[in-house]
Amino acid sequence: MKNLREIAVGQTVTVVKIEVTGAMKRRIMDMGITKGTDIFVRKIAPLGDPIELKVRDYELFLRKEDAEKILVE
Amino acid sequence: MSTVLALVGNPNCGKTTMFNNLTGSDQYVGNWPGVTVAKKGGMLLNHPDCEVVDLPGIYSLSPYTLEEVVTRDFLVYEHPSVIINIVDASNLERNLYLTTQLLELEIPVVLALNMMDVVEANGDEIDIERLARELKCIVVPIAAINGYGLGELIKVALTAAKEKSTNQGLPIFNDTEEISVRGIERLLPDRESTQLKRWLAIKIFECDNKVFEQIKISKNLLERMNGLRRRCEVAEDDDAESIVINARYRYITNTLRSCIKKKLKKGELSASDKIDNVVTNRLLAFPIFFIIMWAVYYIAIQTLGNMSVAGMKEIFGAIGDYTTQLMVLGGVSITMQSLVVNGVIGGVGAVLGFVPQITILFIFLSFLEDCGYMSRAAFIMDRAFRQFGLSGKSFIPMLVGTGCSVPGIMATRTIENEKDRKLTIMLTPFIPCSAKMPVFVLFAASLFPDKSWVGPSMYFWGIIMVVFSGMLLKRTTPFAGEPAPFVMEMPAYHMPGIKTVLKHTWEQVKSFIFKAGTIVFAASVLVWFLQSFNTSLDLVSPTDSMLANIGRFLAPVFVPQGFGNWQAAFAALTGFLAKEAIVSTFAILAGSGGDAGSKADLVLKLQSMFTPASAYAFMIFTLLAAPCCAAVGAIRSEMGSWKWTFFAVGYQTGVAYILAAIIYRVGLIIQ
Repeated sequence: MKNLREIAVGQTVTVVKIEVTGAMKRRIMDMGITKGTDIFVRKIAPLGDPIELKVRDYELFLRKEDAEKILVE
Repeated sequence: MSTVLALVGNPNCGKTTMFNNLTGSDQYVGNWPGVTVAKKGGMLLNHPDCEVVDLPGIYSLSPYTLEEVVTRDFLVYEHPSVIINIVDASNLERNLYLTTQLLELEIPVVLALNMMDVVEANGDEIDIERLARELKCIVVPIAAINGYGLGELIKVALTAAKEKSTNQGLPIFNDTEEISVRGIERLLPDRESTQLKRWLAIKIFECDNKVFEQIKISKNLLERMNGLRRRCEVAEDDDAESIVINARYRYITNTLRSCIKKKLKKGELSASDKIDNVVTNRLLAFPIFFIIMWAVYYIAIQTLGNMSVAGMKEIFGAIGDYTTQLMVLGGVSITMQSLVVNGVIGGVGAVLGFVPQITILFIFLSFLEDCGYMSRAAFIMDRAFRQFGLSGKSFIPMLVGTGCSVPGIMATRTIENEKDRKLTIMLTPFIPCSAKMPVFVLFAASLFPDKSWVGPSMYFWGIIMVVFSGMLLKRTTPFAGEPAPFVMEMPAYHMPGIKTVLKHTWEQVKSFIFKAGTIVFAASVLVWFLQSFNTSLDLVSPTDSMLANIGRFLAPVFVPQGFGNWQAAFAALTGFLAKEAIVSTFAILAGSGGDAGSKADLVLKLQSMFTPASAYAFMIFTLLAAPCCAAVGAIRSEMGSWKWTFFAVGYQTGVAYILAAIIYRVGLIIQ
């Protein structure tokens, strides 16, 4: 199972599990990243972090250390 | 009985524009009791008995963040007459997530489908009637930016408020989930109304800790409710909170499938995406960013900014002269003249002198924020600043701070994370501002005449101390946060309305004038007073004043730094008024009165008072210690409390003191 951090730019993946708890998990899910959601990896910031994703029709960005905790396929 | 319309919606959904449209200019801004969350309200245009309350932009009604809790409590306990839920129609899925939660409350909800102009421009189609049917609530298409639909929205909202029509909750749960939730609902005591019972049941199912704090359930009942929840969690192999969130999104996705037709195929780029191909491009992002920042800086701080500051000085100087003439004619005492001209007019001038510059700066910043560029800036800069405990958006305050800390500190408004914001506010004054430069130039010329690296080295120290402090303070409790995931939306670019930009700007400027301004005024008058009188309240020359005596008293404190004489202490104290006053104070001490010809006297005087080591230590101290009263005023205004202000100023002065002492010691050894 891969995590979101490992996915290359231009790929679309589906969320399988979110390995955080509490407020952090709530925030990520509130923003629409839930089990079964498709995520498109748009680009990486010029300095290497954070990463820009397309989720449910809108763009958001996430730090790599948080993306690590989202398991996808 | 007044009607209260609550505006609720995601950040970036156009809520502020809508609020401005609904209330015109009759608005108030305050804080929600006990928290530093802004509360905005106003009277509905043409309806004197209707109040509009603008709640913070939120993505959800979770119990985790201050904004969400504040909104929740307001909706549940203050019970507004109607909720106007502003939704970004070009981004429906995520926006409706909040809507499903609002529809569970006991309050009538009217869905304002905003940004219909964008939907039309994109070529998308929304079946509004179908949407209204599926969501079981009234949907009004609007475009806040040009006022389309506004009249209809007001009419519908007021009607809903009058009829007190509440919504039916949405059938978001599948059978397993519904059984558990309904089971919990049935266990709740009958004193709650049916709809509130439903909302409570869902919250209890979700393990919402705020709700547990607020209502009392017997241990027995709680156990049975936990059992119902557990049954569902086991059946779906997930925790209850996630189950509910998934249920909401599941419902929304299904609903929208039949209500929206998007023009863009998957993988096609929108206009914003195309712009971002350039703006956040690997190679172009930084150059573009620096050009934009440089432009803002150049116009707001250097050219227009400086001109306005100089202009204001002229104006107030003229007012001062004119007033003096009037008072002389009227036979007013010298003391009174000094009070009015130097104290009052000087004080007011000190505050208002900043206003044009801050206004220009904030017009730019508001424009960048409203058009969507700021989130790109945060995206680009984040990694650099994260290393030392700051946010990507900390760059702008620091950059602006090279001109003046006051607008720099105020520019921290754009940082949402409260801890990052406070840290940025504290550290921005470390960057050399344009008022400190004359001090550095003077000292460099006097004691390091052939060493051109001395002046610029101050920037180096400023940056080092920002980085060091950031890394240090992030590990201490006030700043070490529960790591909130840095999830930031990147809103589509759009051209902000001039009215919105100006309104935003005016809010910031007004805040400066009233919050920071009062402190600046008070401090100016105080320093003027201490500098003009001795303890018997006679008007004296500055060297005999109370302030000078305080300098004499404090002098020994600065022995470790090598400048333990009363003149240096006195000069440092006047730096509280304005950093460039340090130069004029030394000029007064040199007996030269500050005119150009006596520059040589000034240099000689400095050479007699300082050695290279103590001079460099003094420069470091000036760089880092408590900023001028205007900046302190800005800190107080943005921190929101005296406690934090003292902490910030105390930290800065402490760091200055220690580093200056170290530098002096090292300087002695090198010499």
